[in-house]
Parts: sequence; structure tokens; C-alpha cells
Amino acid sequence: MAMEVTQLLLNAQSIDGSVRKQAEDSLKQFQEQNLPAFLFSLSGELANEDKPADSRKLAGLILKNALDAKEQHRKFELVQRWLMLDATVKSQIKSCLLKTLSSPVPDARSTAAQVVAKVAGIELPQKQWPELIGSLLSNVHQLPPHVKQATLETLGYLCEEVSPDAVDQDNVNKILTVVVQGMSSSEGNNDVRLAAIRALYNALGFAQANFSNDMERDYIMRVVCEAALSKEEKIRLAAFECLVSIASMYYEKLTPYMNDIFTITAKAVREDVESVALQAIEFWSSICDEEIDILEEYAGEFTGDSDVQCSYFVKQALNALVPILLETLLKQEEDQDQDEGAWNIAMAGGTCLGLVARTVGDDIVPLVMPFIEENITKPDWRQREAATYAFGSILEGPSPDKLTPIVNVALNFMLSALTKDPNTHVKDTTAWTLGRIFEFLHGSTMDAPIITPANCQQIITVLLQSMTDVPNVAGKACGALYFLAQGYEDVGPSSPLTPYFQEIVQALLTVTHREDAGEGRLRTAAYETLNEVVRCSTEETATLVLQLVPVIMLELHNTLEGQKLSSDEREKQGELHGLLCGCLQVIIQKLGASDQTKYGFMQFADQIMGLFLRVFACKSATVHEEAMLAIGSLAYACGPEFAKYMPEFYKYLEMGLQNFEEYQVCSVTVGVVGDICRALENKVLPYCDGIMTQLLKDLSSNQLHRSVKPPIFSCLGDIALAIGQDFEKYLMYAMPMLQSAAELSAHTAGADDEMIEYTNSLRNGILEAYSGILQGFKNSTKTQLLIPYAPHILQFLDSIYVEKDMDDLVMRTAIGVLGDLADTLGSNAGTMIQNSVSSRDFLNECLSSEDGSIKESAEWTKLAITRAISA
Amino acid sequence: MAPPDFRRPFKRAAVSDQQRRRELTLQRQAQSRHDAQQRVRNLASTIISLQSQEPDDAADVVLEPYPLDIRRASRMRGEQVRNWFARQLMLPEWMIDIPDNLSQDWYVFARPAGKRCFVVASNGTTVSRQRNGSILHCFPSALPNGAKTREPSGPAHSYSILDCIFHEGDQTYYVIDMVCWGGCSYYDCPADFRFYWLNSKLEETGASGPPSYYHKYRFSAVTHEKGLPAAYTDATPYVKDGLLFYNKHAHYQSGNTPLALVWKDAKCSQYVLDTDSTGEVPDQQQVVLELQEDGNLITSDDPPIIFGRLNSEFIQQLGLHSGNFVRCAINDGGLSFVEGKLEKADLKYIGKCSRGRAFADSYSKVVFQYMARHSPLTYDDLLVAANKPPSDVEMAG
Repeated sequence: MAMEVTQLLLNAQSIDGSVRKQAEDSLKQFQEQNLPAFLFSLSGELANEDKPADSRKLAGLILKNALDAKEQHRKFELVQRWLMLDATVKSQIKSCLLKTLSSPVPDARSTAAQVVAKVAGIELPQKQWPELIGSLLSNVHQLPPHVKQATLETLGYLCEEVSPDAVDQDNVNKILTVVVQGMSSSEGNNDVRLAAIRALYNALGFAQANFSNDMERDYIMRVVCEAALSKEEKIRLAAFECLVSIASMYYEKLTPYMNDIFTITAKAVREDVESVALQAIEFWSSICDEEIDILEEYAGEFTGDSDVQCSYFVKQALNALVPILLETLLKQEEDQDQDEGAWNIAMAGGTCLGLVARTVGDDIVPLVMPFIEENITKPDWRQREAATYAFGSILEGPSPDKLTPIVNVALNFMLSALTKDPNTHVKDTTAWTLGRIFEFLHGSTMDAPIITPANCQQIITVLLQSMTDVPNVAGKACGALYFLAQGYEDVGPSSPLTPYFQEIVQALLTVTHREDAGEGRLRTAAYETLNEVVRCSTEETATLVLQLVPVIMLELHNTLEGQKLSSDEREKQGELHGLLCGCLQVIIQKLGASDQTKYGFMQFADQIMGLFLRVFACKSATVHEEAMLAIGSLAYACGPEFAKYMPEFYKYLEMGLQNFEEYQVCSVTVGVVGDICRALENKVLPYCDGIMTQLLKDLSSNQLHRSVKPPIFSCLGDIALAIGQDFEKYLMYAMPMLQSAAELSAHTAGADDEMIEYTNSLRNGILEAYSGILQGFKNSTKTQLLIPYAPHILQFLDSIYVEKDMDDLVMRTAIGVLGDLADTLGSNAGTMIQNSVSSRDFLNECLSSEDGSIKESAEWTKLAITRAISA
Repeated sequence: MAPPDFRRPFKRAAVSDQQRRRELTLQRQAQSRHDAQQRVRNLASTIISLQSQEPDDAADVVLEPYPLDIRRASRMRGEQVRNWFARQLMLPEWMIDIPDNLSQDWYVFARPAGKRCFVVASNGTTVSRQRNGSILHCFPSALPNGAKTREPSGPAHSYSILDCIFHEGDQTYYVIDMVCWGGCSYYDCPADFRFYWLNSKLEETGASGPPSYYHKYRFSAVTHEKGLPAAYTDATPYVKDGLLFYNKHAHYQSGNTPLALVWKDAKCSQYVLDTDSTGEVPDQQQVVLELQEDGNLITSDDPPIIFGRLNSEFIQQLGLHSGNFVRCAINDGGLSFVEGKLEKADLKYIGKCSRGRAFADSYSKVVFQYMARHSPLTYDDLLVAANKPPSDVEMAG
């Protein structure tokens, strides 16, 4: 068998497709017939020094893939499968793996290191394989450098796989000790040193206790900083990556080291190779991220509650840091604007400068202005572009008071550069900067408008003209127009854009038809801008928006006229469908919002729906999502009339609810079910069996992304509210699910912020479901069916109140549920309610809430309870 | 080299438009859900009820307004409430001849263009409902008990009902009439009293003030007493949609009434001639009539006017039922009148109306529209009538 495996593994890498296919099939067959033997023979192959490196490496990779997968549910299955495996086999496999770490063949060692970490990731949390860390650590001291290197690599992967609480502090200390020793400059072997630094990168999350110990932290920081000055580029890069990670993980511990770090990073940004310089810039970007978060928290409601104090590193380093960043801006690459994924020192420097501006606000302006003034008119395009980029980068952060006077002076210059500068890079950045100006300094909240009746016409003319420029410039011009329109979002009944509306729309449509509209994001940018122009339009231009409907419909129709397409073309087609559906959605939402405009729009409803149904016939996730979103808006606009589309649409609704993989589609579809319920009210009943079945399946699935679950609960409420007492038949399924979800979400002890946020959204969904059900049964003869569930609902309310971690939205929904309970069940629930904590302390707290909507709900609840008790 | 995953790509906006579309949709859905739930809750605290005892089919019963206690009102289901509201507004007839004593007995004012609605303020919430009973807004206002403020602005269970037009342009409720205020009913008061009271009350409560946290929309009383030339020519803060004439002595009466009249011409309204379902003004005038059991096509008046009939074969063929609203065009034969009464209408069947339709056209509307196409009642006609001195009492000997 073993011989055969070698050949299979080599054949599986053959250039000959049929040989490869046959080998893959055989391997698969082997795996299915006898998994333990299969895994064991793979580990044997990997460990066998007599085998070719290629077969050993592939053996290791297959082994690794048998232990882990990207999809959560698949991963879970694989973990279970490994745990169920016979202990003897597992122990044989593991000993093969550990043995391979000493192999002279680098690929074999490295693959084994990864597999060991995967096994550890499964077993350590189960308290299995307790001897692993000990045996790895003992490796480090005695053996030749390549074994030491492989062992450190394994420790690194292990720290990446295993969560810190699965390793006890004693072992953490030991791991860090060997890692830090391996990093130190006294380590003569660079491979060992590099492996150690990379291991530290993964082990940082384990080092909480060590970072709290001054001596240990000093030591760790010293070796990291030393490594950052190593002669070896790879070592410097790895060390800077550690520094970046430390910046966000241990921000509050950095004060003593900042002087040294500044010197090191400044030197790296100015002198080092690009990869290292980028990490050095990233260090400062990360520091900015931290300080922005802390300062935001300071500015928020909970002043002084912040766990972390701001050390104002950026402010202190400002005078020295800004010039370094400005220098980087002059190191642009030719054609960087054409390359979507480009990232270079100039881009990173500008990004960091933008973050610095957000961190320190006004203080950055005087430090950047001289650079701009000096370079903006220089003959070298790099200088003009850098100056413009610097200006654009600092527009978010400083106060409008500080920026507006400067922008007023600069605006004319920018507009003329956008049309006249001979260099495309300069024009690209200029258009982007104009967009930033409109994004941050233009809008109804600004005291001094930068767009006035005097310059509005000129600005629009220039932007529309730029839309005929090369694709990247045209795209940025669309972007600028996007924010220009957005600034007039709540302008009132009359918009300064009204006179230009037709012209703007025409220009944008022309852009979408450009032959090169597929380059970059040009077509997308044009449609997105069209969307924003429509969204921010006023009633004055309602007829023009209405005229746009048949235009976009025709576009969509044309793309649906199917000729046979290659898969590449199909993908592009799919993108275009998405854009057009998105555009129609925005228009429908706009016109559907007012009765007058809705009336005119409804003449197109049948045809639009027909087009959407055809879009569903195409297989592309984003498109389905866009068409779904659009249909939700259509249902909202149509109201009960939407019923006529249901027979045809229903199967797609069901498909959407079944789409676990593309959970966004599922999520959007759930929202559309809600729209349909509100539109059709009890006419949705014939479809409810199918919808409910699907929703309940979704809820019990562990494959579905968790973010979809809260909206599903809310959706149950929408259904119940729409069909009233006909919800009876679903009670016995829905209620137990709500009940168990309620129990799970009642307590958040030990959860992090993200988890608390999720829990609150789950609570809100559950509570909305309860509200909908209670309200739906109100006034029916079947309210008594709900009485058995009342105690649990009250208990849930009490427990989340006691937990004291609900957000305002949950508070409002929860207190409303209490009122609905009283309102629907009346005297049946009077005593029960009176005995609950919620009806006293919680209600009183809500009654005195600062939040108007909580107070409103609470007063209604108080009234409902008074009635229930007195009845 | 690729940027770190979490860094915003070079020169890109922070949020994608698709994300924005998603978020806006979620906001709209959350708001709709909240509104739907609030609607159910508000129902329990809205001061309305039925005269009849718990009918199963609300559409079949005559519903009359009178304020009643919450317990009875709360038994009404969503559709009943909508039907109830659909019948509460006083609906002016269209002016097809000029009433006597126009200058003395009638107020005339410019009608704001917008959504006609009932605004009900009670228990700390204000709800506006359109003519078909659907909710337009649910909001806090400075009307008595119209918002949850710290100081109660009236007895806990008092309520107010105003007859308004919501004008989109300046987001203002133009109050054209007052039905109830602070728990008192003004149904049975003459128009001059209601208008006087309305003005002073709006002023008093601050409801005519600019919007604020506890007062989402401004309420503004229309000027009732300006006289014809001013109503016709003076600029108004709102877009005009015709003129309204209210008889000074008339009580507030639900449904069609000849004591309130509407008149339009192209100068004071964008919507003189009716549009069809596509929003265009059709070549031939179209009317919407209700089909009766016996095949007669009637108007919404009480008693109804019969405009024509469909034979039973035709009805069967089209699958129509009694109670359906049908759309007909007026053929070249037009309408013929004998002694001011309709004698014959030359109608052509076009089709069935959408189910959203709640009313057939009224007789006066059809005739006004007919006149507008053929021999309209002009402003000059009105002016002459308005300048005519009050007629002398006729001696009968």
C-alpha cells in the first residue's frame, strides 16, 4: 500500500490531466474506504526520508486538509471526525509528524509543522495531547539548527491555531522564553532567528501576562527592536510586522519605547526597502487607529469610562512624523492609478497622513500647507500630484472652520487643474480631492457653504467634462459628483442641482455606455453616482426621475437578450445586471416614497417585475441580492397590488431563503419577506407555510451565517402581524425556537463587545417576533393560546433587564413587548405582569428615559398594564 | 504589493454604494416594522369606535363617528379603522353652479396642493390618515396630547382631530378645518366658529411654530376669510390646487356635501382635468362608476345618480361583480341635461379599476370635469357672483 501511495501522490501532481484525475480519484477512494489507514499512510509518507520531497509534501497537505476547512460547518465535521478516530492510529500519526520536524528536507519539515499545529488546534482545547508542548520545547535546546527552526515554526503555527485559553500560563511562559531567545541577536543562525520572530508574531496574543510584567516586556521589546535593525531584510520585515501587531494589541504599554520606535520607523520609512518601509508606515497607521478609537470613545457618552488612556503619541510625534510622510508622497509609481490592487509607499504614506489628520485634527494643517504651496505648481508631475494628494488626505479630521477658507482659495485651482493639467495622475488625484472636499465640507450642516450659486455651474461643468477623460479620471469625477449630490440630501423642497439634473443624468448614462466603461470601476462609479443623484433629488425633478425608469428598464432588457456568453462575459453581464437592478431599486424607493410620484411609477410595475424575474434566471449572487433588494422596494411601493406577482415570484423567494452560502442573499430575502408581509397583509397567507418552513429551517441550521438569524426572528413577527390569528398553526414550532434563542441570549457574561452587540441584535429580533405575534392575536378569539408562553416572555424581559447590558433599541422593543403582553392578554396576564421586575423597575427606568422613543413605548405600556389590571 | 485588508483602498470612498443601498433598505424596513407595530398600539389608544356592535365585515356597516372610550375602540381591527377613517372627511362637491349669496355666506380660500388627511392627536402621539384611511405619518406634535413631553399638555385622554392637507413642498400640515380639540367635538358648530377657534388654538399651543424635537411638522391654518380676488390671485406659501368654498353656517359633515365646494381653473391648479391611470390627460373624459347588482352604474353620491347600465351578458363576460368600480369614457354624445338634471350619458366601457380604489366619482365631479372640457365656469363668472349684492328677501305677499 505504501508504495502505491507514493506513486498516487506523484501522479496527482502530473502535468498530464488524465493521469492526475485518475490519481486523485484513487486517493479519494482510498480515503472513503478506510480513513484511518489513509491518514496513517499519509503521515508515514511524510515522515519517510526515503520518499521523494514532492510526494511527502503533498501527503502533508492532504493530511492538513483532512483536519481543517474554511467553511465553519465543514471544519466542525472534520474536527469531529478526527476526535472520533482510533486513539492508537492518532498517536501513530502524531509521532510520525513530530519525527518529520527533524527531517533534513525543508518542505517536509515545514508541512509537518503546519499539520502538527492543526492537530494541536483540535486536541489542545479538548485537553488532549498534553505532552506536545513539552516535547517541542525539549527539541529546541539540543538539536541542530534546522530542527530548532522547524520547532519554532511549529510553535508559531500552534499559537495561530490554538486560542490562548487552551494553553496554561506555565506553557505560555516556556513558549515565549524559547521564542524570545531564538530572536535575540546572539542567535547565530538567521533561519532560526526568522522562525522565532515569526513565531512571536503569532504568540503575541498569548503574552498578555508577560506584557504586564515590566521586565519581561522590556526584554521582548528590546529583542523586537534589535531585530528591526538586523542586516537581514526578512528579519527586519518580520520584526516590523511584530511592531505593527504590538501597536494595536499593547498600545497602552508602549510609552517607554516610543522614542526608540520613532527612530527605527523613521529610518525604515526613509531608507529601507519598500516592503519594510510599508510596515514602518503601517506601525504609525495602527497607532492612529488606536488613538482615533480612544478619542472617539472620549467624545462619546461614556466619558472617562474608557479602559485605555490616550497617550497622544501621534500628537507628540507630529512635527517629525508629518515631514517623513510627506516625503513618501513623492515616491509614486508610474501608472499606479491604473492598477486596482496597487499599494506602494506613496499610497501608504498618504493613507497614514489621512489617519494622522483624523487623529490630531486642526494641528496638521499648518504642517502640510507649506508642502502643498511649494509643490502644487512645480513642473514635475510628481510634485504636483504629491501636493494634491497631501491636500486630499487631510480633508477629514480638521474642523470645517480651519479648512473652508483654504478650500475656498484652492477650489478654483483644483477645477482648472482637473481640466488643464497635462498629467493624468495629477488629474486623477485632483478629482479625488474634489470628491473629498464635497464629502467632508459640503452639506446642510456646514456653516459656510463652499458650493455657491456663483460657482455651482462651473463645478458641474468641469466634473461633467472630466467624465469624458480617461477611465480612472472619469471614475473619480463621478465619485466627486456623488458627494456633491449627497451634500444636497436634505436641502429641502428646492435643490441647487435641479437645473442641471437632466444634464448630469445624461452625462452619467453616457459614461455607462463608454466602450472603456469596464476599465477600473468606471461603469460602477457612474451608476453609483446616478443612484445618489436620484436619491438626493427633490420633488422638482420627480418627473425626470420617472422618465429614467423606462430608460434603465430598456438597458436591463437589452442585457437580458441572451446570446451565448463565455464565463468571463457572463460575469461582466452579471455585474451589469447588478448595477441596473441597484439603480432601479433606488428609483423605486425614491418614487415609492410619495403618493404623487408613486402613481406615475406604478404603470411600469408589471414590466419591471418581469425583468427582475428574468434576472433571477441568471446565476450570480450579487445580482440576486440586488434584484431582491429592488423587489422589496417594489413590494413596499405596490402595497396589496403586489399579490399578483407572488405566484411567479414565490419560487425565487424560497430559493433566496435557502441560499446559505451567499448569506447576504438570504439576509436580504428575509427582509423582503417582511416587506411583502406588510404589503399584502393577510393575503400573504397562502405562501406562509412555505416561508415559515424555510425560516424555521434557516434558524436551526448551523451552516447559515449567524448575522441572518436576528432578522429571521423579526421576520416571524412580520408574518404574525400580517396574518393575525392564522399564525396559530406555527406557534408550536416558532415559540420553542424563540424560547431557546431567548435563553441563549439572556446572558452575555464574559462576552466581548462584538458578542454583546450581536446578542443585542438577537434579542431585538426575538422581541420583535414576540411583539408581532402578540399584536397579531390581539382582538382574536384565540388569545388564550398565548397564555402558556407569557411566563417565559416575562422571564426573558426580567433577565435581560437584570443583565444591564441591553442597548437602546432592545430597551424600546422590550418595554413594548411588555405592553403588548398586557394589551393582548389583558386580565389573563395582569397578576403575572404585576409580579415581574419588568413591570416595576424596568418600566420606571424607561419612563424616565432621555430617549423619546423609549419613553413613548413605556408610556403606552404603562397605559396597557393599567388597563389589564383594572379590567 | 497588496494593501493590508483592513486599509481603505487607495483613493476610494469608505462605503460602497451597494452597502449604502443595503443599509437604507434595512432602515426603511425597520421603520416600516416599527410603524406597523405602533399602528396596532395606537389603535388601542385612538378615540374612535363603532356604533354597531362588533360587525364581522366592517365594509358592510354604516360607520358613524362619535368619540367613545378606549375599550371599545381597541376592539377595532386594522381594516375597520381604515374604513372608518375613509368615511370621516367632509368632501366638498365640485362647483357646477354658483351658489346664491356667494359673497355673504361663503368663505373662499386657496386649497393647498397635497394629501388630504385627518390628523388625530391623542395619548402623546399624532397620527395623520389619508382619505383612504391609510396612515401618512405618525409623529409628535404640539397639538394637545400630541407628543410625549414632560409636561402633559391636556387631560390624559383628550384628543384632537384636524382636517388638513399635507403639503410636501414645505412639509407643512395646512389645517382647513377643525373637528375636535382638546376632547371637545366641534362637529356641530358652524364653520365660522370652527375657523375662529382653530386659529386661536393653533396659536396658543405653538402648533403653528417651526418644527422641533417634540413637534415634527408645522401646522398652519389656511386664511379662510380673504375674499375671492385675494384667494385667487394672492401668493400663498403653498402650491395652490383650486379654490375651496365653505358655507359659513354649515356643520362639519362626513362625506360629500354641497355646503363645501371646490372649483379650479388652469391658473390656480395644475390638476384641472383629471388624468387616467397612466397620469396622462386622456382625449375623452373618463369617469369611475360603481356597478350595482342590477347593472346600473352609479356615482358615489347619496342617493346615487345613475349614469348608465351594463347588460348582464356583458357583465358576465367581463367577470364583473356588483360593487366593482369601472372606468368609462364619455363618448361624443356627451352628457345631456334636462332642467338641470342628467338625462343621458354616452358612455364607453374601458375597464375595471384597480383594487386600491375606494370610491366612485361623485356626480358633481363628473359634471365639473365635463364642463371644464366644454363650457367651464370661469373666474369671471365667480367674480360677477361675488360682487353681486345679497339678494333681497322675496315677498310672498
